[in-house]
Amino acid sequence: MMWARLPVSVRYTLLVIILIVVWQAYITFGHVQPLLFSSPLDVARAIITDTQSGILVTATTHTLGVLLIGIAFGATTGFALASFAVFSKIGHDILTVLSAILNPLPSIAILPLAMIWFGLRPESIVFVVALATVWPVAINTDTGFRTISTTTQMAARNLGLRGWRMVLDVLLPAALPSIISGLKAAWAFGWRTVVAAELVFGVAGSSGGLGWYINNARYFLQTANIFAGLVVISLLGIAVEALFAVLERRTVIKWGMKAAT
Amino acid sequence: MAYRGDDGKDIVAVEAATFDVDRGEKFVIIGPSGCGKTTLLKAIAGFMQPSAGTITVDGRSLERPGPDRAVVFQDFDQLFPWRTVRDNIVYALRVAKHMGRREAGARADDVLALVDIARAADRYPHQLSGGMKQRAAIARAIALEPTILLMDEPFGALDAITRNQLQIELNRIWERTNVTLILVTHSIQEAIYLGHRVMVMSTFPARVREIVDTHEVDDPSSDRFAELTGHLRGLLVPAVAAGMTGGAGTE
Repeated sequence: MMWARLPVSVRYTLLVIILIVVWQAYITFGHVQPLLFSSPLDVARAIITDTQSGILVTATTHTLGVLLIGIAFGATTGFALASFAVFSKIGHDILTVLSAILNPLPSIAILPLAMIWFGLRPESIVFVVALATVWPVAINTDTGFRTISTTTQMAARNLGLRGWRMVLDVLLPAALPSIISGLKAAWAFGWRTVVAAELVFGVAGSSGGLGWYINNARYFLQTANIFAGLVVISLLGIAVEALFAVLERRTVIKWGMKAAT
Repeated sequence: MAYRGDDGKDIVAVEAATFDVDRGEKFVIIGPSGCGKTTLLKAIAGFMQPSAGTITVDGRSLERPGPDRAVVFQDFDQLFPWRTVRDNIVYALRVAKHMGRREAGARADDVLALVDIARAADRYPHQLSGGMKQRAAIARAIALEPTILLMDEPFGALDAITRNQLQIELNRIWERTNVTLILVTHSIQEAIYLGHRVMVMSTFPARVREIVDTHEVDDPSSDRFAELTGHLRGLLVPAVAAGMTGGAGTE
């Protein structure tokens, strides 16, 4: 009763605080081996120490850099494939067949191949991230293009719009709700893929991002730092969700193309 | 059937429907649902190619859609939802008429005033009522200074009061612009009130039953208006009319 009347931000903050208190209580009263499970205080300490030393900051920017480049490649290719598909039958067939074959494949499974092609370098990770993001963007954009109302399309053709101008000026904004969904899915796939790939790289001894940071902490049995890496990954995920929410509020919600949530 | 257009005449021929529309005329097409009147309008707009027959404007045949035949649709989503009302018009002018930003802006303000929605200029389409959206769509079409203004049941989704307002408004706009108007409707009252001539179509496949002169008939309370209403109803629903008016108006 009381709970439902609180503002949403207060409710969420309270839940997080309760979660941390329970976590700390479990460590304090449960006689847990610190090597197996760190306390929130130790994790906070690890985050502060490694932020000050710069290790965590470098790892985070490295991961985000690789991820953004990968998503940029994947999303551009996906958008181009969907645009090609909207204009020609063969384009649509190519998209259907390629996405049917390649989409079910977890892109992390391509990493060994990428490592043979590009070596133990960031290019390998960019490649698998691009592969993880191209299909969600292509499929969602294609769906978005296909569900644009015929009236909107006729209104655009009536102005004499054709080709790329049509794609960028009308199809892109008209399909934006679907495209943003595609980008959200791409971000989620890409984020998981990049961390997984870095863990593999970490095992291979190459320096790099958050996956490497976590694996490195495991190697030295610094359990608190493993947790620190996980907390950073989770916080970044929340931050990006918030960014997407802002993007939607400034575009599709403002334009009345998507209901506010 | 090919038709050669004379100067100043917009000649249209589709299947069994051959008719010509004069420059500056208000030509109304009326017919039962699904008779193909919207198809006819889409063919004139260039959205579809007629399999037989030709459509010419000023003697030239049509190949693709273009802003010389601006279309106002029934559906409210004809405005781009990501642009404000004013931006919808400015964008149309920049794309279709290759105008500069300043010139397009000035022209947009002119037509917004003409159609009486200047106060909604900076709103997004979803913030407008149905009637306002149709006004905005008319403003965008008029701004393009088309040879022909095509309207596909533009007031079909509006309530009766708004509909009447916009009919009066459309007549006023036509008086100011003298644009050639081809309007599709299924409302007999709207057809007589707005049209110089009303072309009555039969059920599918569409044929022209009659082209009725409705010039100068725009007072719904007049005897002539009632007489024409009966006549058009007779053409549209022959069976019903036979019982009601003793078969008048059928052939």
